[in-house]
Amino acid sequence: MEYFIQQLINGLTLGSIYGLIAIGYTMVYGIIGMINFAHGDIFMMGAFISLITFLLLVSIGITFVPIALLLVLIVAMLLTSVWGWALERVAYRPLRTSFRLAPLITAIGMSIALQNFVQLTQDARVKPLPPVVTGGFTFWRGDGFSVTLSNIQILIIVTTIVLMAAFSYIIANTALGRQQRACEQDRKMAALLGVNVDRVIALTFVMGAALAAVAGLMYMLYYGVIDFFIGFVAGIKAFTAAVLGGIGSLPGAILGGLIIGLIEVFWAGYFSTEYKDVAAFSILAIVMIFFPSGLLGKPEVEKV
Amino acid sequence: MAERVVTAAGVTAEPSEVAEAIKEAFIAACIALILFIAIVGIKTENAQEGLILVYRLGWAIGLAAAIGVLRLVFDLFVWRRVLSRTSAGSALPSTGLKSALAIAIGIIYLIGALFFLVPGAQSGATDLVAGPFAGTSWQDGVETFMDLAGVVFLAVFVLVTAMAAVLAVRRIWRSIASSQAAVAGPTLTPSSLLDHLTAQFAPALLAVAVILPILVAGPQQRYALDTAIQVLTYIMLGWGLNIVVGLAGLLDLGYVAFYAVGAYSYALIATEFGWSFWVCLPLAGMFAALWGIILGFPVLRLRGDYLAIVTLAFGEIIRIVLLNWYSLTNGPDGISRIPKITFFGLNFARYGEGTKFHEFFGLEYSAIYRIIFLYYVILLLALMVNFVSHRLRRLPIGRAWEAMREDEIACRSLGINITITKLTAFAIGAMFGGFAGSFFATRQGFISPESFTFQESALVLAIVVLGGLGSQIGVVIAAVVLLGSSEFFRELSEYRMLIFGASMVTIMVWRPRGLIASRAPTVVLKERKAISGDLVREGAG
Repeated sequence: MEYFIQQLINGLTLGSIYGLIAIGYTMVYGIIGMINFAHGDIFMMGAFISLITFLLLVSIGITFVPIALLLVLIVAMLLTSVWGWALERVAYRPLRTSFRLAPLITAIGMSIALQNFVQLTQDARVKPLPPVVTGGFTFWRGDGFSVTLSNIQILIIVTTIVLMAAFSYIIANTALGRQQRACEQDRKMAALLGVNVDRVIALTFVMGAALAAVAGLMYMLYYGVIDFFIGFVAGIKAFTAAVLGGIGSLPGAILGGLIIGLIEVFWAGYFSTEYKDVAAFSILAIVMIFFPSGLLGKPEVEKV
Repeated sequence: MAERVVTAAGVTAEPSEVAEAIKEAFIAACIALILFIAIVGIKTENAQEGLILVYRLGWAIGLAAAIGVLRLVFDLFVWRRVLSRTSAGSALPSTGLKSALAIAIGIIYLIGALFFLVPGAQSGATDLVAGPFAGTSWQDGVETFMDLAGVVFLAVFVLVTAMAAVLAVRRIWRSIASSQAAVAGPTLTPSSLLDHLTAQFAPALLAVAVILPILVAGPQQRYALDTAIQVLTYIMLGWGLNIVVGLAGLLDLGYVAFYAVGAYSYALIATEFGWSFWVCLPLAGMFAALWGIILGFPVLRLRGDYLAIVTLAFGEIIRIVLLNWYSLTNGPDGISRIPKITFFGLNFARYGEGTKFHEFFGLEYSAIYRIIFLYYVILLLALMVNFVSHRLRRLPIGRAWEAMREDEIACRSLGINITITKLTAFAIGAMFGGFAGSFFATRQGFISPESFTFQESALVLAIVVLGGLGSQIGVVIAAVVLLGSSEFFRELSEYRMLIFGASMVTIMVWRPRGLIASRAPTVVLKERKAISGDLVREGAG
């Protein structure tokens, strides 16, 4: 029982990180109907920028953890958003009217290029970071096994909830959110009504990248090691989460993320660690085949 | 797009346009600086006591400045054409330009002929050019450049000679067949000669491929043939994937899974039962095709980009299973001592059991025989793939693939069975991947899951995309250029994947139909026309 609750907490933490990445996929898919294949690498970029900023702050003497983390968060979100913007500008905007596989192929090209760019500039070794946020609450002291909720896990879950609330508000109540929903329904009509579609799409990428930067920071703090390849697998899993929750739906992305995180952690805890990725990928295939519209998504009608 | 046309058709060069271009280039440089300041400007170095930071801000600034300059150059000379308005308007090269091209190729041809026919000419030229740089830091670069230029000159010489030979043979054959004296054609100008010759590109390439082992005879033969075998393997994979992606329009990101299935089928059957390569090859192809169908079934209903992600997931699942199923695949250690290829039962070993190839033919033992034989095997396999897909395009199934690529709903409305059409594309593509895989296994003698990562799928996809989706000769050119250049710039091998990724993006943005951007439709009415890629763009929906 203690083991179960501990795994539950770990799964929710991991799921929050996946959920944050998944929002980026789901928003982009909702608005332009394509998979931003390079989003996982934007997440990896966010993790690296966070790491570099954190080390930079430490080296200039800011060692009070809450302030340092806040600064890292702001810098990483800003710089990663610029990456997200540049990605859209370079690889997707010129192909807006091209045939449907074209943007996907540039996305794959971008993903390869970003991975290798980071590998070249930051070298291929894993980057370890000593634990920054330490401590936690231990409760339920069972015999031989105790359940721990560490501070970092609290930080991750709370951040996810706060960001989720903020973004739901933006989508539901602001002018930008209205424009995004309009573009999602009918891009041409929105353009006719005076919505600057290019700007809205660019801002969607920026928002997705900012959330991916937060996820990258959390991932770095939680695992303590990053390398240039973390974006690939995390990206696929977050995409699975977005599909599972229903692509285009914001709460669906978080829900899907939590489910994928739980499945992965429980699979690793009770069955085998080697096959935990297989479990996540199989769920992707099963969901795509049997519930293409996901848990909270609207069924897609094919228009001729 | 519209903006570009308007500015290209403009009449005069406004000074304000130049000012605007400079302003935009400055903005681009600033954005690039923001992008690179953290990732390039500061490096995290692994040290004893943890991570330390190394500052390289100069690099970031230099890179950003380079991007600004590049943007300015493109803006002025390519997008706006402010400074070259005189020749704006015509996309096709004019006759004068063509003649100049023909003369340039002629000069290259003569230099190539000199290098080919006069021994020592190439090294002499290298010494002559690299001489002044001896001892400086430029020396290596200049020598590499001269080697590359030498190979390009030689390749042009050999190819053009082959083209001329093919052209001559065809002319003679035609005159014999029509039992007339060869009709004297219209006066040959350099540009019409170029047209005549380029029409023979594919047969000439084939002719060169057939005599390649003789052409490269010498101390470099083994190395050259090894490279050629590798290039041909990727050409074969590219042609196989071209059936799935180029013809049927199904973006398969897990193609390497079938390559792996073929390789492991051969390796396991051959090491467990001792069957020969020639028995295992069809078996491996069948297993791969079976997997193609098994993996194809669940994804039948998925649209383009969903399909891509699911095939990627399948590819990863197969790799993870190969990595962890110790009892069957020996896990990350891989399978070693895979039997080598045999020549109709004669093996290429020096000692050991069985009849030896060199004993049977009364030759001196040499390891090169096996390499030459492998080269011809992969050449034949690749040509078979090309031939089969060429023929399939003319069969109803091939036309159904092309129709499905263009519009699946219309295709279904016309009564084409989408299930069968998709599954045959997957199965046939997978089968060729399986053949290539078992060839890879017998050539290497050792396989492990390391060889079947997503990078490999991405590389094959890059070859298909850069060559132009659906273009057979484009795959050849892309494979030769990509793999050949990475073979040359060994020191730059760490930049290889970065360049691949970046060029995939560039090519897609610049010419979405690939470098060879004319897509000749298989079915034509009355007369055959090449249709430029811009005109046959699919609907966005």
